[in-house]
Amino acid sequence: MLVRCYQRRFVIRDVWENRRVKANSNTAKKNNEVIIRVENLKKYFPIERGLFRRQVGAVQAVDGISFEIRRGETLGLVGESGCGKSTTGRTMLRLYEPTEGKVFFGDVEVTALSRNEIRSFRPHMQMIFQDPYASLNPRMTVGDLVGEPLLIHTPMTSNERNEKVSELLELVGMNPRFSVRYPHEFSGGQRQRIGVARALALSPEFVVADEPISALDVSVQAQVVNLLEDLQDKFSFTYLFIAHDLSMVRHIANRVAVMYLGKLVEIAKGKDLYSNPLHPYSQALLSAVPIPDPVIEEKRSRIILTGDVPSPVSPPSGCRFHTRCPIAEKICSEEEPLLRQLEPDHWVACHLA
Amino acid sequence: MAYKLLEVKDLVTRFYTPEGVVHAVNGMSFNLDEGETLGIVGESGCGKSVSVLSILRLIPNPPGKIEQGKAIFLGRDLLQLPIDELRHVRGMEIGMIFQDPMTSLNPVMTIEHQLAEPMVEHLGMSKRDARDRIIELLQMVGIPNPAERIREYPHQFSGGMRQRAMIAMALSCNPKILIADEPTTALDVTIQAQIVDLVNQLQDKLGMAIIWITHDLGVVARLVNRVVVMYAGYPVERASVKDTYGNPRHPYTISLLRSLPRIDMQREERLENIEGRPPDLFEEPAFCPFAPRCPFVQDKCWQENPGMRSVGENHEIACWFDVTKDDL
Repeated sequence: MLVRCYQRRFVIRDVWENRRVKANSNTAKKNNEVIIRVENLKKYFPIERGLFRRQVGAVQAVDGISFEIRRGETLGLVGESGCGKSTTGRTMLRLYEPTEGKVFFGDVEVTALSRNEIRSFRPHMQMIFQDPYASLNPRMTVGDLVGEPLLIHTPMTSNERNEKVSELLELVGMNPRFSVRYPHEFSGGQRQRIGVARALALSPEFVVADEPISALDVSVQAQVVNLLEDLQDKFSFTYLFIAHDLSMVRHIANRVAVMYLGKLVEIAKGKDLYSNPLHPYSQALLSAVPIPDPVIEEKRSRIILTGDVPSPVSPPSGCRFHTRCPIAEKICSEEEPLLRQLEPDHWVACHLA
Repeated sequence: MAYKLLEVKDLVTRFYTPEGVVHAVNGMSFNLDEGETLGIVGESGCGKSVSVLSILRLIPNPPGKIEQGKAIFLGRDLLQLPIDELRHVRGMEIGMIFQDPMTSLNPVMTIEHQLAEPMVEHLGMSKRDARDRIIELLQMVGIPNPAERIREYPHQFSGGMRQRAMIAMALSCNPKILIADEPTTALDVTIQAQIVDLVNQLQDKLGMAIIWITHDLGVVARLVNRVVVMYAGYPVERASVKDTYGNPRHPYTISLLRSLPRIDMQREERLENIEGRPPDLFEEPAFCPFAPRCPFVQDKCWQENPGMRSVGENHEIACWFDVTKDDL
């Protein structure tokens, strides 16, 4: 076992060193190779009651979703809070164990890897977290934070590591001298840069960015988004960009998936989804986003949904959106709509679309 | 001709913390006319909430202290008013709603109990009369089954419903001004749209003036008549909503609007970003607070802090130079 681990470390090191070359050739190819495939993924969180912690129900956070992400693209995952978008991202990386379903990374079935295997597989897929105040250990220096993944996954000496940390900090636009400082000495935007450097330390191919900008000031959000885009150009990362800010997703994503109560309701190319949303929920969601222009806002008509999102403990029958849908018919409460391809590369789960 | 309801002049609020003096608000001035909606816009820490809380003297003291300024509300200076008279103004003549309704509602009191409080206190209503009025108010803000739901506790309401209940409470005494401090920031966009719509309808019906504080330039575009943009405790631009968005004149407003991605436009190129970050407010700058980040910065900006000056009809900026959005 030990030998195996050791071998794997060297394999990773080789991967590591070849990554830049590989990244460049990938940019050149920019083909439609599927890098991530999610099949019928489910994640239920049990609700337990009483002395014996008997399970009395489950929060159906993610309930059977399937999609693909292609190499080098950014898939935006949007929806309101509680719709399961963060759970999807975390389950894909096995930060949560899925209840059902499969996730493939290339040919590797991520969901079938053992605990040890997943650990050594982690360098391929990393995560940038929402809250740069909560996701960095306040007792570690910036150098330790960014160097930690290298310490765990690579056989680098401490000198090599320090050099790499400096390189990474420079890459995300921070002064390498900051590596001896602590997170509390930095602003939100800079902390998020540290989070990005940490996620990129092992040159992952796939990065889940879970609301990376929503905790930041408006004038700083653009800085972090530009950084993520520059890094993608340089290393051809594949991103899953989870956000509730639909304007920012329009800017950054190539394709966009819309979630509602644990289900995917629509997935399409960004420009198709924004110019021609086909699911009534996507239509309402887009029309609810205010535009910073009073002249346009005055003329714009909006679809105002009534009521709140139902509880994911006992979601509505049939189409989960039927309780709030402005065009719902009888069939919607009886039969669950499946994702159908209505236009090239434009999938919708609605009986009436 | 609408009359001036509230006039705030040269308001300065500081916080004396162990780490030093925080210059939260450095000379905020604005007017609010009867029935109009004013937006106060800025990033977190720019002093927008503190300036409005100062008007009602809701700043915890210590560490906060209102150093100078006037807030004339219908001929009375709220900053000088005896506290028992001020209590009467709070809640009765000026109602307020906050960002997080869960922390501003008392979790161990029923909705009925909480909503009755201002009416019993200010209007001298009996509890029974208050209950009828509460049911009426909750109906008005769109809470289904109000007669049943008034017996519930805040945690039994969803985020949007709690904000509706807060609005009902703020409006229960027919205030002349409603202050809304980021009331939709904690809510999802579809619920935000509901609340903005509701406030619009209620204003048409009841005619109160509104001060809407937010960092979201999108929400303001739909809702308000005039905008004050704040930066580092200073007002930097005051204009009608059309001018703020169509013809912004302060470099901060111009850059901020350019850095926003828009849902109605596909932008292929990079977002324009504002370099650097907002200043910490431990020192009162002797120069223009935006100078370190300003794309138009010149020598003069580092020497003196510009005051507000007029650049058009009802359009004022705090900048030495005449720039427009085409210059960037």
